[in-house]
Amino acid sequence: MKKIISILLVAVMLVASICMLSSCGKETTVSNDFKIGFIFLHDENSTYDKNFLDAAEAATAELGLSAEQVIYKTNVPEGNECYEAAADLADQGCDVVFANSFGHEPYILKAAKEFPEVQFCHATGTTAHTEKLPNFHNAFASIYEGRYLAGIAAGLKLNEMIEAGKITADQAKMGYVGAYTYAEVISGYTSFYLGAKSVCPTVTMEVQFTGSWYDEALEKEAATKLLSNNCVLISQHADSMGAPTACENAGVPNVSYNGSTEAACPNTFIVSSRIDWAPYFKYIINAATKNEEIALDWCEGFEAGSVKLTDVNEKVAAKGTKEAIEDAKAKLVSGEIKVFDTANFTVEGKKLDSYLADVDTDAAYEKDTEAIADGYFHESEYRSAPYFDLQIDGITLLNSMF
Amino acid sequence: MSKIKNTNVSNLHTPPFHIAKRDDIVWWKAWSIRAISIILALIICGVITVALTKLNPVSVYLTMIDGAVGTSRLVWNLFQNTAILLCVSIAVTPAFKMRFWNIGAEGQILIGGLATATCMIFIGDKLPTPMLIFIMLLSSILAGAVWGLVPAYLKTRFNSNETLFTLMMNYIAIQIVAYFTLEWSVPKGSGTPRTLEFGQLPMLFGQKYLINILIVAVLTIIMYIYLKYSKQGYEISVVGESENTARYIGINVKKVILRTMAISGAICGVAGFLLVAGTDHSLKSDTSAGRGFTAIMVSWLAKFNPVFMVLTSLLIVFLEKGASKISEVYRLNSSFSDIITGIIIFFIIGSEFFINYKIKFNKKEKEANV
Repeated sequence: MKKIISILLVAVMLVASICMLSSCGKETTVSNDFKIGFIFLHDENSTYDKNFLDAAEAATAELGLSAEQVIYKTNVPEGNECYEAAADLADQGCDVVFANSFGHEPYILKAAKEFPEVQFCHATGTTAHTEKLPNFHNAFASIYEGRYLAGIAAGLKLNEMIEAGKITADQAKMGYVGAYTYAEVISGYTSFYLGAKSVCPTVTMEVQFTGSWYDEALEKEAATKLLSNNCVLISQHADSMGAPTACENAGVPNVSYNGSTEAACPNTFIVSSRIDWAPYFKYIINAATKNEEIALDWCEGFEAGSVKLTDVNEKVAAKGTKEAIEDAKAKLVSGEIKVFDTANFTVEGKKLDSYLADVDTDAAYEKDTEAIADGYFHESEYRSAPYFDLQIDGITLLNSMF
Repeated sequence: MSKIKNTNVSNLHTPPFHIAKRDDIVWWKAWSIRAISIILALIICGVITVALTKLNPVSVYLTMIDGAVGTSRLVWNLFQNTAILLCVSIAVTPAFKMRFWNIGAEGQILIGGLATATCMIFIGDKLPTPMLIFIMLLSSILAGAVWGLVPAYLKTRFNSNETLFTLMMNYIAIQIVAYFTLEWSVPKGSGTPRTLEFGQLPMLFGQKYLINILIVAVLTIIMYIYLKYSKQGYEISVVGESENTARYIGINVKKVILRTMAISGAICGVAGFLLVAGTDHSLKSDTSAGRGFTAIMVSWLAKFNPVFMVLTSLLIVFLEKGASKISEVYRLNSSFSDIITGIIIFFIIGSEFFINYKIKFNKKEKEANV
């Protein structure tokens, strides 16, 4: 008797769940002939690309797209292959084509000119706001705010070390492994540094560039160099596991990027900021299916869910890190604090009240837009990709890679 | 020599088989060995596909074909990539035929590309396009030739090892190009090469790659005639067979080495020109994308015959394009398609062994000793 009842129950649950699933399917607004194509520089072995891949999976699953409606092209280099990949996706009937690497931009632009009926979206690019094509769009996120919060976690860790007598206040030196001496990286490490400085005023930082977005050996080497310079905490803006691994081996705390590295570095990982691209993917898919215009230059932050912080690793982080991050996040959202508040940094000992930034991309690198107003540097407002490229006091560049 | 060896061996212990060089093989036999090896490769790939992914191997192969020639765009793309690979292959061939191991094609391509890019950036807006393109071509030929001549000169002067030398020259070229890529990158410091607007090769009959394909086709025919019918081509094969013989019959070996490497480098320079001006319209350190090394395989597989190289380069590019389609359609990591193409290429190279050598089974004493 029990058996029969349990079988019946299972059957009922199965039917119910199938009904729910099918009703779920009906809710989707995206039509069955909609197609989106993704072009990724590497595959899931790169933290940068995995972050995009995961977001694409999440967004397309949430909108109920079937596997046939989503095409991924991975390991697409930044050359003519990228144009060919984009054109092939257009040939395959994609309504939207998305590319994730900065260097893909000229080739995506070329495809956009050739296929006016297809929407081309490009992450991290800089030319959509000057090209003004109706089907070519840039997108980024205000990740500098996320890095600022990650910097707070770093600063609190330094305070803990100072209090425990492990280092003096003057020895609170952080190291940062950067890819290129380029605005996106400069904006990133400066906001990270300012976050740390907001809680640990004596902090200084050294930056070592690798000259590559992805080079595990070079990144590891750079981190090791910073460690031998007595940096007591490391963060990075490059896409391999090089720097986090070097930190784990040396037992030095690490603030990561692109996603959690806790699994590989359980004893040194503090927290990681990352861009969640799922909100943007949902936005472009919805806009394209409704024939609505996609923003030329899209940039969102905490509120849209585009900028995220991973869970804090309580084992490594200082006490109260989580609360401090939540508190600062609320203040950033309300506008009470600004990351690049000119009251909080100096350049060559002076406070800035004016700075022309190179916002419109051109081969002459012409500085064209006044970025400082109302007491802060307006990052990612005149175009989505970062353009903060000031060398502020307290940060030492060990090399440069232009 | 082999007779003595055989007798010795058979006296001590007779192995189950031995390998003998074939004198000559009729064409249909050679081609059926090749066909069998490809069929075997496909069967083994099929087994691996089922074991690793549970996919139907036939549909995987159809996907490969679809990825390489599925649309007219893909066909053009296939021909374009074949043309560039072929261009590099015919460039390294005269050097290889001379037994001069030019592993430096990668660097020679990049230096040629750099010369082209330099012209496009600095005099691009100052000259009429046909004039500009002519200068670009000329400078890339010169740059490639010089890059090829350096190891050749040191070989003739100090008998330095050309394999290591040309290989090292690659890294120098890669670093120089990487430096200029960063120097010229837009936006500044991003590491992203600028798009070169002036001096792009024109479209022919509405096809953007046709001019590349035609240039390489002409080069291939010239190279075939040069190697097979010209006096210089003959000198190359004599030097390759035996430098002493060449010297004995009065060939200036040093001159042949220098001349041949200049030609080899110059054609690599043309490949760099075609990549920068005809395809990518930009330059960075991986513009050549390993073609300088793949070309070595193409050239050897075709036994240094430029006409066969059309087939071998087409095969390699076909596999490459098909493989990336497998990753796309089945959402597999590219490692899987690399395994498949690796196996197929391995079998094709392996088949050449069975064309050159035959295996004799030592069942009867008599036969083994003959």
